[in-house]
Amino acid sequence: MTSRATRVRMTRRRFPLAFLALGFALLVPFLVAPIACAQDSIAVAATVVPAPVGAVTVMDAPNDRGQEVNVTWTASPDDAARPGSVTAYFVERAPGPDGPWTRVDSVAATTLAETDATEDGQTWTYRVTALGPGGAATPTVSSPVTARASWFNTERVSVLLAMLLFFGLVVFFTSSAQSGKQLFVRRIPGIDAIEEAIGRATEMGRSVLYVPGINDIDDIQTMASLNILESVAKVTARYETPIVVPTNYPVVMTLAQEMVKNGYIAAGRADGYDPNSVRYVTTEQFAYVAAIAGIMLRDKPAANIYLGSFYAESLLLAETGFSTGAIQIAGTAQVAQLPFFVVACDYTLIGEELYAAGAYLSREPRLLGSLKGSDYMKVALIAAMVIGCVLETVGITSFKQFFASQ
Amino acid sequence: MIPVVLTAIVGLLVIVSFFVPHGAIAEPAQILQDWAIIIVASGYVLGAANVYKVNGEAAVKMQKDWLYKYVLLGSMTAMIVVGFFFSGGTEFLNEGSPFKWAYDYLYVPMQATMFSLLAFFIASAAFRAFRIRTVDAALLAIAALIVMVGRVPIGKLLTDSLPEVIQLPTMANWLLEWPQNAAKRGIAIGAGLGVMATGLRIILGIERSHMREEA
Amino acid sequence: MAFGDRLEKLDRRWIFLVVALLVLIPLLWPLQLPLAVSGPAKRYYDAIEAVPEGSIVVLAGDYDPASAPELVPMTRSSVTHLFRKNVRIIALQLWEGGPPLVDAILHEVGDEMGKVYGVDYVNLGYKSGREAVMPSFGNSFSRTFPNDYGGKPVSSFPLMRQADNFGATALFVNISAGYPGTKEWVQQVQGRFQVRMVSGSTPVQAPEIYPYLQAGQVLGLLGGMAGAAEYEKSIGVPGPATKGMDAQSSAHLFVVFLILLGNAIYFSRRRAQQGRA
Repeated sequence: MTSRATRVRMTRRRFPLAFLALGFALLVPFLVAPIACAQDSIAVAATVVPAPVGAVTVMDAPNDRGQEVNVTWTASPDDAARPGSVTAYFVERAPGPDGPWTRVDSVAATTLAETDATEDGQTWTYRVTALGPGGAATPTVSSPVTARASWFNTERVSVLLAMLLFFGLVVFFTSSAQSGKQLFVRRIPGIDAIEEAIGRATEMGRSVLYVPGINDIDDIQTMASLNILESVAKVTARYETPIVVPTNYPVVMTLAQEMVKNGYIAAGRADGYDPNSVRYVTTEQFAYVAAIAGIMLRDKPAANIYLGSFYAESLLLAETGFSTGAIQIAGTAQVAQLPFFVVACDYTLIGEELYAAGAYLSREPRLLGSLKGSDYMKVALIAAMVIGCVLETVGITSFKQFFASQ
Repeated sequence: MIPVVLTAIVGLLVIVSFFVPHGAIAEPAQILQDWAIIIVASGYVLGAANVYKVNGEAAVKMQKDWLYKYVLLGSMTAMIVVGFFFSGGTEFLNEGSPFKWAYDYLYVPMQATMFSLLAFFIASAAFRAFRIRTVDAALLAIAALIVMVGRVPIGKLLTDSLPEVIQLPTMANWLLEWPQNAAKRGIAIGAGLGVMATGLRIILGIERSHMREEA
Repeated sequence: MAFGDRLEKLDRRWIFLVVALLVLIPLLWPLQLPLAVSGPAKRYYDAIEAVPEGSIVVLAGDYDPASAPELVPMTRSSVTHLFRKNVRIIALQLWEGGPPLVDAILHEVGDEMGKVYGVDYVNLGYKSGREAVMPSFGNSFSRTFPNDYGGKPVSSFPLMRQADNFGATALFVNISAGYPGTKEWVQQVQGRFQVRMVSGSTPVQAPEIYPYLQAGQVLGLLGGMAGAAEYEKSIGVPGPATKGMDAQSSAHLFVVFLILLGNAIYFSRRRAQQGRA
């Protein structure tokens, strides 16, 4: 039997222990509960179907051929509240709200938009379903949407306005020139040198080599070059100097033959035209260059004229031509090749001087008028650039945004 | 007159299709683009015929350099025959096919050879023709020297100890991104307007010398 | 004849010989000069790095064997980078000489990285028509290329059933040597279809693409062999471009020397003429 003192001592020892035990007992739920809750959450998430997505908005994609519909939706509320409860969204469509439904796509839980391909005039109803580990939510259905082809791409308004301004200027100056007004065009030394070069070839009893570039007829530089070729052929016909025109596209060859023939006819020497003077060589870039280099080194033409679109072969042509002692005139709008021609040729037409050459040589009022129109358009563009820079500097971006349309 | 009208209609249709996505305009424009692809591809038959005609005549008549004409005609014929008849149709570029052999051992080396001539020609042109006769030429020379050395590793090596802003690679990149860009844009805008003007002249029939009838 | 006169009349074949030696020697005995990655190359790398895993990318290899030394390393590095991210590639070429080069790269890198043709990559091959092909391709891949490079219908490939226009792709990679190339793709496709685009180009063409880079139409740019070497460094796979930079360095220095020498002779002759006058 324990004494009273002992019982008190034991009680006093046990008392703190009791408090500790009680405290621990009270604490345990707070320690264990989050873990239990988390496990519950996981367990719940594994079994609970996520809440449906918010509103589904559908819209016919603008500025297209009626072949796209944009579908957007707000995320399922569970996506944020219970991470991992939504793993994907299904997007389905049907001709009407009652189905039959066809799956369009399945996207990740982070994606809240989808673009569906369709045909002009078709009407669809869409529904979006949130999918989680526990299964699929109730789908949210949209209102019907009809895909329609647009008659005008509203993002290209600025391009249209610029184009109309440009056409207007060209038409104005063309009619102004046709009504007899004299239009000033500055001297272009490279074009003036063409006749001098042909004269030199005539004195030396050698031929003229004309290379119309290495692009096909769909390149405007090639068209511009062929227009100049007619004037060149007219001069060579007058001087009875042979001209050689190697081409590297068959369609260019047929047009070049027409231009040279027209030049001879215009000079009154139709019988002097040799069809074989214009020949197709090859479309392969460096094989073409090799062939022209061969012509230069064997025939040694006294004048080499390179007008049109050129690429890596420009320096090969110019250096080989220089080594034969020919006078060389080049012209291209290929900015990357201009340095090579400037360094290695006697005269170079830079950029739009090539396009101006046709008007410059013929002096036809309508062609001069279009030249003037494009010059004034440049002034308008420069003004737009200056205005845009100033407005951007002061923080007004709408002007730039207007021109950024595509 | 008919070619001029046709050119105008086709040209305007393609321009309008850039602004009008509707199928009524876009579909015909797409068809025209498909036709353009076909026309370009079929033109090669015409070109091959011309090569045979011009070079064949010169070879048969034993005109100047007639032997080279036979080499040209022979190699062209060989490639056509090999490509059409001995290379397995659509598998003509599979490993082991004769066409692939010709591609790997003839075409590729010859192309590489011609392109590599540029390296030599640039050096000779630089020595022969690059003369500092004016202030503009001097500026051009300085820019060229900075970019040429700055764009290769040796540029970094030579100026690594300097502050970054005056290292050659930094200066080279600045020259490429700013002054050269501005100059290129100017030329490109002018050339672009020239393209539009020439295209418009062709569409409206103002520039029609390529369609002129015989006098 | 004075030394300057002799130099000016020097047979240019001596210059060719020196250039050949200066290119050949570093290729045989590399100098291993340090390489710095430029801004445009870094942006190219970042644009590809930002492509989500598993996406589809279009790769247009518009070049031929002449530009292979510069552009094949770029293409190989791009394909390696994309495959590393499990990105799937649809390839096409608008230059006749391009398909075998690009096809070889796709198969070599694809085999190394365990990729399956038709599932992870498809090569549509070459189509003639140049610029005319571009908007047509943008509207429908399968309509423009009904068959792949090997002649099989594209509808038979799982990859092609998942992407028929740029709307289904994450990026457009264009490696080009000239025309048709990046400039035409930007004009015909980038704006029209709002495509994210990067470009690799020869050094002569690269300056033409800087305006598009600045405007944001092209997100990154590799210029020539230097750009290819910088990209190889960025992805950590040194290749032929890195090796070629030593040769390019020595050749560039020689051209600089020739320009200075040529002008030194010119100025000394001019001074002599002015002295005589």
